[in-house]
Amino acid sequence: MSAILQPVAGAAVQSRAITIAILAMGGEGGGVLADWIVDMAEQGGYLAQTTSVPGVAQRTGTTVYYVELFPEPQNQNTDPVLALMPVPGEVDIVIASELMEAARAVQRGLVTPDRTVLIASTNRVYSMTEKTATGDGRVDHTQLFEAAKSGAKILVHDDFAARAHETNSVISAVLFGALAGADVLPFERERFQQAIQHGGVGVASSLAGFAAGFASARGQNARIADVTNTKLKVGWRLRELAARIQQEFPAASHEIVLPAIQKLTDYQDLHYANEYLDRLAPVVSAEALHGRPDVPLLREAARYLALWMSYEDASRVADLKIRRTRFERVQQESRAKQAQLVQIREFLYPRAEEIADILPAPWGRWLMNSEWMQRLIERFAKGGQIVETTSLAGFLKLYFMAGFRRWRRNSLRHQRERMKIETWLSLLIAIAPEDYQLAAEVAESPRLLKGYGDTYARGVKNYEALMSALPQLQRKPDAAKCFRKLLDAALSDDSGDKLTEAMQQVAA
Amino acid sequence: MAERSFTKEVQKLRLGEGEVFRGEGILAVTKALLQSGVSYVAGYQGAPISHLMDVLTDANDILEELGVHFEHSASEATAAATLAASVHYPLRGAATFKSTVGTNVASDALANLASGGVKGGALIIVGEDYGEGSSIMQERSHAFAMKSQMWLLDPRPNLRCIVKAVEDGFALSEATSTPVMLELRIRACHVHGRFIAKDNVRPKFTLRDAMENPVRDVSRIVLPPASFLQEQEKIRDRWPAAQKYIQENSLNEVFNDGTRDIGIILQGGMYNAVVRSLELLGLSDVFGSSQIPLYVLNVTYPLVDEEVKKFCENKRAVLVIEEGQPDFIEQNLHAILRRAELMTKIHGKDCLPMAGEYTAAVVIAGITKFIREYAPELIQESNLPKAARPAPPAKSAEVHPRPPSFCTGCPERPIFTAMKLVERELGPHHVSADIGCHLFSILPPFNLGATTMGYGLGWAGAAALNAKDASKRTISVMGDGGFWHNGLTSGVGNAVFNQSDNVLVVVDNSYTAATGGQDILSSAAKNPIRTTRLSIADAVRGVGVKWVRTITHTYDLAKMRDVIREALTTKERGPKVIVAQSECALNKERREKPWKRKQVEQGARIVSQKFGVDAETCTGDHSCIRLSGCPSLTIAPNPDPLRKDPVATVVESCIGCGLCGEVAHVARLCPSFYRTDVISNPSRWERFTTRVAHAIIHFLQRRDGRRLDGIYA
Repeated sequence: MSAILQPVAGAAVQSRAITIAILAMGGEGGGVLADWIVDMAEQGGYLAQTTSVPGVAQRTGTTVYYVELFPEPQNQNTDPVLALMPVPGEVDIVIASELMEAARAVQRGLVTPDRTVLIASTNRVYSMTEKTATGDGRVDHTQLFEAAKSGAKILVHDDFAARAHETNSVISAVLFGALAGADVLPFERERFQQAIQHGGVGVASSLAGFAAGFASARGQNARIADVTNTKLKVGWRLRELAARIQQEFPAASHEIVLPAIQKLTDYQDLHYANEYLDRLAPVVSAEALHGRPDVPLLREAARYLALWMSYEDASRVADLKIRRTRFERVQQESRAKQAQLVQIREFLYPRAEEIADILPAPWGRWLMNSEWMQRLIERFAKGGQIVETTSLAGFLKLYFMAGFRRWRRNSLRHQRERMKIETWLSLLIAIAPEDYQLAAEVAESPRLLKGYGDTYARGVKNYEALMSALPQLQRKPDAAKCFRKLLDAALSDDSGDKLTEAMQQVAA
Repeated sequence: MAERSFTKEVQKLRLGEGEVFRGEGILAVTKALLQSGVSYVAGYQGAPISHLMDVLTDANDILEELGVHFEHSASEATAAATLAASVHYPLRGAATFKSTVGTNVASDALANLASGGVKGGALIIVGEDYGEGSSIMQERSHAFAMKSQMWLLDPRPNLRCIVKAVEDGFALSEATSTPVMLELRIRACHVHGRFIAKDNVRPKFTLRDAMENPVRDVSRIVLPPASFLQEQEKIRDRWPAAQKYIQENSLNEVFNDGTRDIGIILQGGMYNAVVRSLELLGLSDVFGSSQIPLYVLNVTYPLVDEEVKKFCENKRAVLVIEEGQPDFIEQNLHAILRRAELMTKIHGKDCLPMAGEYTAAVVIAGITKFIREYAPELIQESNLPKAARPAPPAKSAEVHPRPPSFCTGCPERPIFTAMKLVERELGPHHVSADIGCHLFSILPPFNLGATTMGYGLGWAGAAALNAKDASKRTISVMGDGGFWHNGLTSGVGNAVFNQSDNVLVVVDNSYTAATGGQDILSSAAKNPIRTTRLSIADAVRGVGVKWVRTITHTYDLAKMRDVIREALTTKERGPKVIVAQSECALNKERREKPWKRKQVEQGARIVSQKFGVDAETCTGDHSCIRLSGCPSLTIAPNPDPLRKDPVATVVESCIGCGLCGEVAHVARLCPSFYRTDVISNPSRWERFTTRVAHAIIHFLQRRDGRRLDGIYA
């Protein structure tokens, strides 16, 4: 045993303690893991010391549990002096329950390439900064993984959180298994398992998690990566359209355009998807003139045109909520057993505008002009509605709503969006020959149009602010850069302050 | 009921002579108290000594067997004042709290106690919350010991030495008629180790003896002229007595003296870090056999001049390893050597940083600097440990801080979500924060709270902002813990008396949740050894507040928002108090989970709820996260290949508190949230109606689903 520490643990008198640091977040069982290690070591003839700094960090913050092990001395009066905190550069084993924590351990110097076996789970628990970004604030996964890999002597990694989920266990048990499987401590597998049994809480599930972690560390969980890219395949109904795409659209745009026609057929119908390709045709020509092989303008225009054309109105939301596939997915996620019933309840808040949006345009306009009708709807929806989609009444309510899809092309909102889309597209096509870069940026600007209710209204406001700034910007030499700046500012906070600030800067 | 149960561990408190005790430092302290024949213990919870209180609570029957009285004090001041029982009676007593914050609160009582002195041993166990993981201002308890003339113990951080320090502390206290402080750093409190136990001792003189045979001695009361005499007595009698006792009983330790003409003087608590540093520099073995003489101050106040002189007289230089600032010990050492006309050079804060935690890395660097100057031949520059070498450039990976935050399902979160929503309508208000979990509101995503002046002082912290002509009111926050600690008088009474027109939100979650869920007067649970279930609203009315609103379910976001808005805009003048009640989710889950499981097994109809987000309708704006910050509400890659921004998602740790749905409704965010109810043991009728409904639903789903055939491969 003990491939890593053999020279030390195997010697007659060990000259230094085995040092182990566990980085976990509050509630992940880092303390339990430390206790298992201590119990195992004590049963295995070792002296064990562990300590931690829990305090408020227990409340979802990150904590370090630190363990030192030393063979039980012959003479009880000469106990070794064990440290209460890890020394950077002097840690044998670091266990991290998450990838950013692993990178943190490297950054803190706890993991060093000459010494440390890093057992890290590659799952991400996103930080508040990453979560609250209005767009995509995630830190690059590969960057974190590379930091972990290059920082450690040996990296034992897997998505241990997923293994815990699969075995209905907890990540601490899986990590304990991985520690056993990594073969870095002078104890046999049985001793590890005895510690779990000795702990006495949730033994069966912990042992299952342990086994999964053990197998991972031994490389027995290696999965065959899914190499077949199913994204680029379409069903029989779309074969003709796909053929058209093959002929008329450059290859670099296919990974956008193919899913787009799927989405639009799903959203409305085949004609709608065809209409999409028609609308996109002038952009293809504009792109061809410029000749960039990676077709950024076309890709972004294709992406946002598809998203814009599939705007989320009430009937679309209802349509997605009542689907069979969704029912099955929720049922599966709930992990309900055969004898249990699963009910799904939606939190909806229909507003007068949203009802008006899906009505045929004249009716919609009438509704928006009728104050008493709006009041009636507001009263009806007061405080929002909780609709049980799995009940007949709730299902039929949404089913009825979803049915408005058939008249969508004549709806108030459709008219409105069609006009805006045309304006945006013609703007792109007009700008592209003069300033390709600017056109590509403008192609991305509908990214601002997302969300519902107030969020959506704010997005629309920002979008329009950008569009109205455009004519003035076009005269500048660095128009694309300036426009990008405005777009980023609009995306970066939801108060609009940054956009206002950026607008002033650009105007100056 | 506290967050962590020690019912299993407390059995270790029964261990007898010669048996091996294995466990946490704080549990060892409890055992040491019992071995020392303590009569009473009082304290106030707070990291790192919360567990000491929890252990004592769970050990109540053992305490009763031994005739030990244990109190959850109303505050640290109460705990310290409790030690008054040792002034006239030969009773050993202990008080415990978090330091320095608790010591700040306790210092009035401590100063009075120290002035008059004690007959029975009085031990103040302070958990020094300093350095990594600390949640308070960075100060030292050392100053309190100095200003009031109490002796300060700082033992080596292993269980044997900590237990010995407790026993020594009582004896020293009695030998010198002086209360003794025992300082335990956060890691020492939580360290798992072992020691050889002794039998518990039942106090010979009992509390009952004291009550039935009252004694008073005016010379022990802090009132002139006795108070002037007491000051003289401290210097004339107690100080020399302490130095004598420390010396005669070798409370401080010297290791490997005579090996070199340089040495290290260190606080006992720093011992393990110093030995590890020397070990890494090749100057000690793992058992602490050092090549540099060590003088370990297990008593850091007072210093024993004779010992210092003896250790220094044949040395060229000594290094002082003293954590924290100011450098009280170092200054004292300079004075002692100067008076003794010894030329030994003293280094300390010139080799080590003046401020900040002395981590092992810091200590290694400091010792290296010292050795380099006086005995460079002892270290191999080429083979220095990493921590003593210049730091390599930081790795490039972007690592975000993870500040603590509200737990999943926390009932305090909706209070701040509601404040955020009101902020959108009425603009920002000055928010005065307090101490407790609710203080996390100052961090993202809420960013609410401008100052925090101490436990229970939330409303006091906004007292000056009470201008009659202001168009906005201030909002103060206070937890139920802080409220009963002192907030009722320092905040509410003060606001009534000074005719405040501002708003207080009392967060009532049934426990002092931040310290680990201990019970207080307003706890909803019945506690066999404490009186609970008293109303905060009644107490507030009792001191004269007219405008009081109670929200009994904080997750009802609309109500919460409306009441805050009302408090901020009502024409009614005078102080306004909102009591926002909902049980701490962490404790509730711990209580209800096993109960629910049992109910299900017994065939009862139980509904368990979780929330979810439909990835197809989520547009990746994350407004919901910005209004919640729940750990269970996070992001996931967008399954739609066209969308770039990650979608919101609810992970399995969700406990179905319902805030997501409420936020979606009240802030009118989006229709993506749904709740899944899983019903165990549904009724027969329920099953029947479900079957009928599903048959029709499935028919319609199949029929309409055909439209989607052939789109996806």
